[in-house]
Amino acid sequence: MNATRKALAAGLAALSLLAVSACGSDSESGSTDEVEVFTWWAEGSEKAGLDALVKVFDDQNPDLKFVNGAVAGGAGSDAKNVLQSRLQNGEPPATFQAHAGAELTDYINAGQIEDLTDLYEEKGWNERFPEGLLERLKQDGGIYSVPSNIHRANVLWANPAVLEKAGIDAGKTYDSLDAWIADLKKIKAEGIIPLSIATDWTQVHLLESVLLADLGAEAYNGLWDGTTDWSGSEVEAALAKYSTLLSLTNTDRQGLDWPDATQLVIDGQAAFNVMGDWAEAAFQEQKKTLGTDYTATPVPGTDGVFDFLADSFTKPVDGPNPAGTEAWLETIASDEGQVAFNKAKGSIPASTTADTADFNEYQQTAIKSWGEDEIVSSLAHGAATSVNWLTDITAAVAKFGSNNDVAELQEGLVEAAEDNKPE
Amino acid sequence: MSSTVPSAVKRPGRSQRPRRPRGRRPGGRGWVAPVLLILPTVIVIGVFVYGLIGSNIHTSLQDRHNIGPSQGFAGLDNYRDLFTDDDFIYSLRNLLLYTATFLVGTLSLGFLWAWLLERKARGESLFRAIYLFPMAVSFVASGVVWRWLLNNAEGDRASGLNRLFETLHLDFLQNPWWTNERWGILAIAVPAIWQLSGYVMALFLAGFRGIPEELREAARIDGASEWQLYRHVIFPQLSPVALSAIIIIGHMSLKVFDLIMAIAGQTNYTTQVPATQMWVEFTRGDYARSAAIGTVLLLIVAILIVPYLVSTYRQERRQ
Repeated sequence: MNATRKALAAGLAALSLLAVSACGSDSESGSTDEVEVFTWWAEGSEKAGLDALVKVFDDQNPDLKFVNGAVAGGAGSDAKNVLQSRLQNGEPPATFQAHAGAELTDYINAGQIEDLTDLYEEKGWNERFPEGLLERLKQDGGIYSVPSNIHRANVLWANPAVLEKAGIDAGKTYDSLDAWIADLKKIKAEGIIPLSIATDWTQVHLLESVLLADLGAEAYNGLWDGTTDWSGSEVEAALAKYSTLLSLTNTDRQGLDWPDATQLVIDGQAAFNVMGDWAEAAFQEQKKTLGTDYTATPVPGTDGVFDFLADSFTKPVDGPNPAGTEAWLETIASDEGQVAFNKAKGSIPASTTADTADFNEYQQTAIKSWGEDEIVSSLAHGAATSVNWLTDITAAVAKFGSNNDVAELQEGLVEAAEDNKPE
Repeated sequence: MSSTVPSAVKRPGRSQRPRRPRGRRPGGRGWVAPVLLILPTVIVIGVFVYGLIGSNIHTSLQDRHNIGPSQGFAGLDNYRDLFTDDDFIYSLRNLLLYTATFLVGTLSLGFLWAWLLERKARGESLFRAIYLFPMAVSFVASGVVWRWLLNNAEGDRASGLNRLFETLHLDFLQNPWWTNERWGILAIAVPAIWQLSGYVMALFLAGFRGIPEELREAARIDGASEWQLYRHVIFPQLSPVALSAIIIIGHMSLKVFDLIMAIAGQTNYTTQVPATQMWVEFTRGDYARSAAIGTVLLLIVAILIVPYLVSTYRQERRQ
């Protein structure tokens, strides 16, 4: 009898535990003053930017409560997995971060985020953001996100002291990849790493810069809409140059991430590094001065072109707090929000009306180019292609990194384009 | 042995038989307590293990290659795609190489250490602790360290093992480690062996200790040489231990994921195995393909585990 009762008690305890854990998931709090903002900005300049945004948001909306839904790790992939399961279970956050542009395609096709075209009309945002950017944000005629900032991807960072040592004029600019490669070989002869690079995605980043430099902006854009042939001889020539460039990099690239590669330039162990302008933060943190300790110029052959990417925020379908979501998006679009966020994160405002007078020297050059240059979308950072396409390209590039077979790389890229090309 | 034991067991059994109904409560409620006791686990395992395996197989048969809902039933197409994909074949090959190296490495090192300790090495408990300790570290944590140790930079910028080889003037030993296309995966096996050899040693040591001293003495009295003693007395006694070690190490190795993620990252080509590919496919939203890889992995592990389960089940029934 006693044993039976004990067993019953144990069974009941286990079942009630189950029941409790099952209940834990529906957080029917009912309070509509909470705005959960989902990002993968959990540390460094990204966290600083988010904090600055929250401050502006709190000032503008004293009656709303910001809830930080940040998921750290995996360069955003952990956050994306968590986000995806929440979206599919019908528990979206009030708003979530995504790269503006083609990266949103999957969310749009799955009907997970709302078309914001009307909101843009209503709030007058169409006048606040430059025409070229709005064009790039459009998918099937609709706009699905509000950009918080602009980053430039095609930046060449260099260490003047190292260049001098190799007998190269530090102020020299290159108008083509070939001229640059010739100098890189000279640097290699000096026993210095000519070009530092890190793991797979930074290799995709380099490939993107090479394609842009060698094909030109128009043909580069054509790669994504199908008007440029991936199997053509122009792409083949660009890939050959990419192969040459890769042979002039550090051999331990697979073990490094982008800050390590940038550090090689800062420390004078490498002459050049191709990285987006978030690398600026790394130079600033170590008290380096633009022009003397390092230089930042467009990647050779891409002068006059701004390879852009932007972080942006969306409005999920059936979000818990539509009014709160719109309030957050309004903060993002507002001049105060754009300035506060970008000063902290090191990028530049997407809106043209923001006051950027006290931004730093590099940011001023970026703001100038953003106003003048031709704008193209970044591949490595989700602006040019869907996530699927980028994953296939990354796989092909990673494979090339270990076997150095140009023909196979091109074959992989052609296949990736065929599998993912928008019809 | 086998002929005497059953009869010895049977005889008291007969006298016990009348007692049995006394254990049962009136109304046949004797089974209620045990059933209730195991019911929660049955339900939990049924839902969260077998239910999810079923759901995974179901997903793997769908045409569902992005985050949207399924586009219909695809049959075995996803599996056909997998086995015609060179990258997947490459990752299977990697898995095979890794498993073989990991098994041979841990078994031989583990056995060697256990044997040395068995030979009454001095400071046994100290060595036992030292060898076992790596097991306390998680694969992810040790992976971070090994990522540095297995750095492939050579010359001035060499660090980790390559640096060590350079300082020792053993330059020919410097190598690209896990970035080599053909053999790179073997470098991942090095930390894995380091981590689990001590565990295998503990298993073998327990095996050694379980062999009664009388058996050895008897063999020696019969004039067996040391080799014959091992060959005919000790090794046969150790074979169940070896089998357990193979199963445990083998299935761990087939599921390798964390060590590779920590050392080489998810998109690195040279260290791809099905588990890392599954993660990449899942992250990009190709749920059907990811589920198909998961099912293939499950089948591979089953090939190792099921015969073991069957053999232990038979053994238990025989006893």
